[in-house]
Amino acid sequence: MTTLEGKRRDPRVALAGTLLLAVALALAPFAVGAGAGIAWVRVIDFALLYIMLALGLNIVVGFAGLLDLGYIAFYAVGAYLYALLSSPHLAGAFPSLAPGLHWPIWAILPLGALVAGAFGVILGAPTLRLRGDYLAIVTLGFGEIIRIFMNNLNRPVNLTNGPQGITQIDPIGIGGVSFGRTLDVFGIGLPSVYLYYYLFLGATLLVVFVSIRLEDSRIGRAWVAIREDEIAAKACGINTRNIKLLAFAMGASFGGVAGGLFAGFQQFVSPESFTLMESVMVLCMVVLGGMGHIPGVIFGGILLTLLPEALRYGAGPVQTALFGKVLVPPESLRMLLFGLALILVMLYRPAGLWPSAIRRREFAGAGNSPENGAGSERE
Amino acid sequence: MAREASVSEVLLDARGIAKSFGGVQALRDVSLTIGRGEIYGLIGPNGAGKTTFFNVLTGLYSADSGEVQFDGARLDIGLPHLVTRQGIARTFQNIRLFANMSALENVMVGRHLRSHASVIGAVLRNRATRREEADIVDRAHRLLRYVGVDARANDLARHLSYGDQRRLEIARALATEPKLLALDEPAAGMNATETASLRQLVESIRADGVTVLLIEHDVKLVMGLCDRVAVLDYGEKIAEDVPDRVQRDPKVVEAYLGGALA
Amino acid sequence: MDTFIQQIVNGLVLGSIYALVALGYTMVYGILGLINFAHGEVVMVGALTALSIVKALSGSGLPGPVIALLGLMGAIPVCMALGFTIERVAYRPLRNAPRLAPLITAIGVSIVLQQVMMLGWGSTYLSFPALFSETPHSLMGAHINDLQIMIVCVAGATMAGLILLVQKTRIGRAMRAAAENPAMASLMGVNVDRIISFTFVVGSALAAVAGLMVSANYSIAHYSMGFMLGLKAFTAAVLGGIGNLAGAMLGGVLLGLIESLGSGYISDLTGGVLGSNYRDVFAFFVLILVLVLRPSGLMGEQVSERA
Repeated sequence: MTTLEGKRRDPRVALAGTLLLAVALALAPFAVGAGAGIAWVRVIDFALLYIMLALGLNIVVGFAGLLDLGYIAFYAVGAYLYALLSSPHLAGAFPSLAPGLHWPIWAILPLGALVAGAFGVILGAPTLRLRGDYLAIVTLGFGEIIRIFMNNLNRPVNLTNGPQGITQIDPIGIGGVSFGRTLDVFGIGLPSVYLYYYLFLGATLLVVFVSIRLEDSRIGRAWVAIREDEIAAKACGINTRNIKLLAFAMGASFGGVAGGLFAGFQQFVSPESFTLMESVMVLCMVVLGGMGHIPGVIFGGILLTLLPEALRYGAGPVQTALFGKVLVPPESLRMLLFGLALILVMLYRPAGLWPSAIRRREFAGAGNSPENGAGSERE
Repeated sequence: MAREASVSEVLLDARGIAKSFGGVQALRDVSLTIGRGEIYGLIGPNGAGKTTFFNVLTGLYSADSGEVQFDGARLDIGLPHLVTRQGIARTFQNIRLFANMSALENVMVGRHLRSHASVIGAVLRNRATRREEADIVDRAHRLLRYVGVDARANDLARHLSYGDQRRLEIARALATEPKLLALDEPAAGMNATETASLRQLVESIRADGVTVLLIEHDVKLVMGLCDRVAVLDYGEKIAEDVPDRVQRDPKVVEAYLGGALA
Repeated sequence: MDTFIQQIVNGLVLGSIYALVALGYTMVYGILGLINFAHGEVVMVGALTALSIVKALSGSGLPGPVIALLGLMGAIPVCMALGFTIERVAYRPLRNAPRLAPLITAIGVSIVLQQVMMLGWGSTYLSFPALFSETPHSLMGAHINDLQIMIVCVAGATMAGLILLVQKTRIGRAMRAAAENPAMASLMGVNVDRIISFTFVVGSALAAVAGLMVSANYSIAHYSMGFMLGLKAFTAAVLGGIGNLAGAMLGGVLLGLIESLGSGYISDLTGGVLGSNYRDVFAFFVLILVLVLRPSGLMGEQVSERA
């Protein structure tokens, strides 16, 4: 728990650190844009979306210990919801809706969270009373089924426009300011990707905040208790079914929000973006970073968004230099590395690359007084 | 001390409990009553159905027939979390702690059903939630002190010694504010000193108004500690009385082949 | 009416393949209580290995069935070795780890296998040469060709062989003992680790057979074919009662029939609103229904005497 942990440190140091981080985050797009080019700012925007996804999945997998292999489906639900409610598309199927629906973002995102959460409950209700492996397989199937529907729901009523996807989605706009084009602030031109950066950063910080608060609550403790020993959790009076459903719904709703932001950002959605491999990638972020450990998961999200980009730019030329041609295309290399990472991390570092500090604290934490006890058993 | 067979006020009244597993009759028509404030022992040879009875009572198994009245209401057999809510808390024969949570957190989980913060409360951390959290932490610390594990509050449960783990499990069960605390072989694997201090702990728990149901192999402990004892053999209750009389009951002696009780 | 018979025939063919794959899931589950997520990929590796052999031999003038047999002879040892390795690398070290761990390594193994095979065999759909005469025989108004007859017969024979293995041989008894109670079996002198390896190897051999069959049946093989097939075969295993051999066979055949009839009639049933492109959805709904209504599966009572 960051706030209480801060108490033990010198508050001035903590404040300085927070300020420094805030300045760094605020200036990041300018630094990256100037140093590496605007394309990399876009990459960072995606990193933020993935962090939100990873934190959502972390609630399900990391806290409650439920393996969800179709998590991207909830992202898809959020994205398609935004696409339908904020584009001319529906006017094609229902002429009375011309010129399509153009709902504002503040109406769509909560709805997206709600609908994705509802999908989570519908999917979880039949499976959560069974053993965990069943949930894994059902979610795996669900991820594919959602894609089949996205691909085929262009008939008899054109809802999803099939494999072509939905285009001409409205960019996100808040209070008359569209994020889709450069905004002039006191003579500084802020390109669209910079604007999205700040929006996504805000959303990510909110998701981080909610995650931390949930983790350090009776609900978060109940999730972890279920992960550790379900029978003992029941004996402690926890209604495990409901608490698991809650984890599932919370995780799904994070995915729904991220999906909505994604659709507005891309202004285009198609089933291509929501394959099983995307689910696996988000799972990798959680596992690699450190299941159940929020900073680790954020780290995993950043690492795994940047890595493929680095591969895209680096792997080709390096292979050409070494072997005279590209033996392994970057996309395959990325998936291969993900697969190997999942195996190796589970075998050799099951707590992830950046595990929770609980073990470190075990040796240092004997002298805590009851007052800061609540904060100190988590970090 | 109520070392009398007559029960002043009934807390738990189990009637005709039967349970079978794929043709094996683990319990047949077991009835017993536990009085408020008693320490009640349940003994019997291995495989006599003690743990099965325990699991039925605490909701882990549903019974094939029979019913349990607890504190004036019908017990929701088969739904552990509701049983706990009604006021029966338990420990496990093979300790089941939340291994990767600290000792303090283990006890805090025990407060789950006596606290109310929702997702919204947890996220906003409003006044009521803050007060509730503070209360949870405070009670958890007091319970750890009560069972004598407070020095290890911030250590992971799995790093505690065996005896401390047993005590921590009791603290976690007490956190649910039970009327009846059900202990499944709490002295298993303990040495004489640990057993003696466990005995003190159980007595002080009773002194604080919690009724105790004890399953035990250690017959000496049961006979010394319990007000009344029931004996199960092959899934049937063969005796229920004060320890002295149970010890002399020929059926009981026979069930134990004379050895353990001699 | 003859469409109905035709869908039954197609369903039986498909179902025999599902049954073979489902056996692999159910045997491993019976002994380890673990869903071997990578099993579908073993089928895929078997299919692509067989495809390469068959392609290399298809100009040789050998008769089709002989080529198919040689393809099988090549694919089976490859898959057996693969199954053995997967268990050693991904599952055995994690036998006492939390339940989540082997599931995650299995996902990792699946991805690695897919990518490796894609690098070797390319990412395009590969056509599987026709090995049997495609002249259909008429059967009560439906058409069935030699290949389909072969699939049903070979699958039946393989399953009969498996039952003999489990019921009549020493190692089969050891398998049943290990499935019943691993601790007890090891006390009785059964080398449980070896039995587990053996189970993976046998399951993988069945997967190789299924791999050849499924690619011959659809005349296509592809590096990502294992995923959906695995999912469906798992559904079949759950439908029959996971851990139960006869259940896996029954579940496989039933699922084949459901899928075949479902995708054949969905268009009529929904007035043309939904078409056969929803065929992959059936297995999923069957899975959900079984889990809701009867999680122990059709033959679930026998779950305690698994294998």
